[in-house]
Amino acid sequence: MEERAPNPVIKPPTESKGILRWLKENLFNTWYNALFTLLAIVFLYVAFKGILTWAFTEANWGVIPANLQIFLVGAYPREEIWRVWIVIYTLGLLLGLSSGIWGGLALRLALVIGAVGGGVGIILAFFPTAFFNRFGLLGGVALLAVSLFLGRGRQRLRPWVLGGWLLSFPWTMIWLHGFAGLPTVLTSNWGGLLLTLILAAVGIVVSFPLGVLLALGRRSNLPAIKWVSTAYIETVRGVPLVTILFMAQIMVPIFLPDFRIDKILRAMLGITLFSAAYMAENVRGGLQAIPKGQHEAAHALGLNYPLTMLLIILPQALRSVIPAIVGQFISLFKDTSLVTVIGLLDLLGIAKTVIANPDWLGLQAEVYLFAAVIYFVFSYFMSYISQKIEDALGVG
Amino acid sequence: MENNSPNSVSEKIPFWRDVRVLRVLFQVIFLIGILLLAGILYMNMLRGLRGLGLTLNLDFLNDEAGFGIAEGIAYEPSDTYLRAFWVGVVNTIRVSIIGIACATILGLVVGIARLSSNWLVRNIAAIYVECFRNIPLLLQILFWYTAVILQLPSVRQSFTFFGGVFINQRGVYLPEPQPTSDMNIWLGYLAGGFILGLILYLVRLRKLRQLEQPGFPAKWALPAFLLVAFVGWFLTPGKPFTWELPALRGFNFAGGIYLSPEFSALLVGLVMYTGAFIAEVVRSGIQSVAKGQREAAKAIGLNEFQTLRLIVLPQALRVIAPPLTSQYLNLTKNSSLAVAIGFPDLFNVGNTMMNQTGQSIPIFGMIMMSYLIISLTTSAYMNWYNRRINRIGR
Repeated sequence: MEERAPNPVIKPPTESKGILRWLKENLFNTWYNALFTLLAIVFLYVAFKGILTWAFTEANWGVIPANLQIFLVGAYPREEIWRVWIVIYTLGLLLGLSSGIWGGLALRLALVIGAVGGGVGIILAFFPTAFFNRFGLLGGVALLAVSLFLGRGRQRLRPWVLGGWLLSFPWTMIWLHGFAGLPTVLTSNWGGLLLTLILAAVGIVVSFPLGVLLALGRRSNLPAIKWVSTAYIETVRGVPLVTILFMAQIMVPIFLPDFRIDKILRAMLGITLFSAAYMAENVRGGLQAIPKGQHEAAHALGLNYPLTMLLIILPQALRSVIPAIVGQFISLFKDTSLVTVIGLLDLLGIAKTVIANPDWLGLQAEVYLFAAVIYFVFSYFMSYISQKIEDALGVG
Repeated sequence: MENNSPNSVSEKIPFWRDVRVLRVLFQVIFLIGILLLAGILYMNMLRGLRGLGLTLNLDFLNDEAGFGIAEGIAYEPSDTYLRAFWVGVVNTIRVSIIGIACATILGLVVGIARLSSNWLVRNIAAIYVECFRNIPLLLQILFWYTAVILQLPSVRQSFTFFGGVFINQRGVYLPEPQPTSDMNIWLGYLAGGFILGLILYLVRLRKLRQLEQPGFPAKWALPAFLLVAFVGWFLTPGKPFTWELPALRGFNFAGGIYLSPEFSALLVGLVMYTGAFIAEVVRSGIQSVAKGQREAAKAIGLNEFQTLRLIVLPQALRVIAPPLTSQYLNLTKNSSLAVAIGFPDLFNVGNTMMNQTGQSIPIFGMIMMSYLIISLTTSAYMNWYNRRINRIGR
């Protein structure tokens, strides 16, 4: 037998990480990619040159700090703004405690919010504006950090924190609107980013139970309920939100003449009814994914329909549609800008009024870009969260 | 005792625990509830309308509208409300169809660019998608309208491209093809070429079926048609059509195709926004085709074009079609944002009609019916298309 030659030691291929190698592999690997690269460089040069020249020489950014207060809270009276801070601090406290107790996703959320809030807070501390307390936002971040450490390892706080989250919504509304001896701030004075966030939150929170009911209705085997739910969902999904908002503005006073429902409540009603139809479709997706055996098993255990749904089906279905619901929240957040069309002063509505202000004429681009950045930061942040939720739940 | 027999036990179930009775009862109660609610709202509405001195009918549709509509099909303020509404419907359909076509092309290009092996191209596409997806459409439309188009130079300082395209603050002016008297001769050649192409297509299709080989059935038909069209162009005595260029007359351009600033802003906004979503749909569709499919196609000897046409696209299209449909429907519905910049789409015209007549309820009904009809038609077509591509694949 032939003696086998000892295996020659083959060195791993040298992985050159030189910048030239990277350029060749990623930008110039084929002739057409080289062409695309050159075109892209020309495009970027022209675009950046134009945008940077405009932003640093022609644009008048003074309009932003001068109007920062109305961008953020609209016509909310200045001496009552501390109530907004109370709401922010409450939410910061809850978030800090949750992230300390649960860790994981909540912790990641808290860290990102803390980092962004801290960054903006430092900027505001160096460039104080008339509206902001210099250290207001940094205080919130500090509160977040403190409550995070307080919450660590205190598992018995869990039910309290969950209860806190449930109550945070009415709590926010009560503080913003005013109670007991506090002067009432009419909803017509709510505006800016505050109004945008409230409209989106109301839309998603109130439409959630409605959407679950509609989804169950559509999956029901009782024809009357099934057809009414399906007709509602399909009609609402077939028409634009603007139509529904206008309808809420014009029709509510006609159909309910005995109630005085103000403009913002009517907008909330329209957004909620609209959002419920989309929520129903999301939830239905989750319901359809539950295997039939789960229903049968629940039946075999002797559970009736409401108990089957509450204890067996919905907990599984809702878990799997959390990413879809976050996605809906993002589009709802953007869609709240449509209330501008019916004359409400949300972030976009405020932008329009600032542009119409004779002191700041001709600054459309600056103002709209500022609003766009705010919308972008929020939407992008939420889609980041949605991604993390998908990873954490292993769904979606 | 009779209680011992199993039958009597089932007979003894009281009716309030009998599922069959409960089902009916529950639905009856539900329907009564719904009808009661509708009845209360209806009575309230009648009371409210009486208070406003209005009656609920559609007679007003035949009255003279009396308001002008800036663009669209032929219309005079002396026409009826019905005609005015129809102008709005046509404007909505027009902006939707053009928007869908442009957004599809943009989305396709960007979606493929996001999968490019070129780092720069891939990231520019990603930045475009993230930026335009995360900013509200209304904000984008307002930006295009007030911060871009209305800030363009005046008519006399228009941006000019290729000597025939003019862009200024009054809108966009494009050259328009005008058929001449020789157009019919060329159309005759085109018809002949089409018939020839059809025959060649069928012949090749049959041959491919017989050979049981993959191939492109229009491989002969397409060149044949183009050749006939090309030769026919030269055989026609005069030019079949001429380009009518927009020309500066007095204070404005005349002639050519004119896109108003409102139309342009709405179109650009809709296309850029929906294009970003379509790009994501296309990207996820292509990525959904397993890598092994490409490798298998290569292994059985298909070239790159055949792999794309026969293996990747049919499977990707199946994934793409449903979300693409909802993007098309979104674009159509979003065209109602025209009301914010004054483009006379169906919602905007309907809104003006409501302000003039006060007949908000029937007009809302008309607006909603129009959108529902457009939505249902689009989704019916896309469902048909979806079924068709699904059949090809299996």
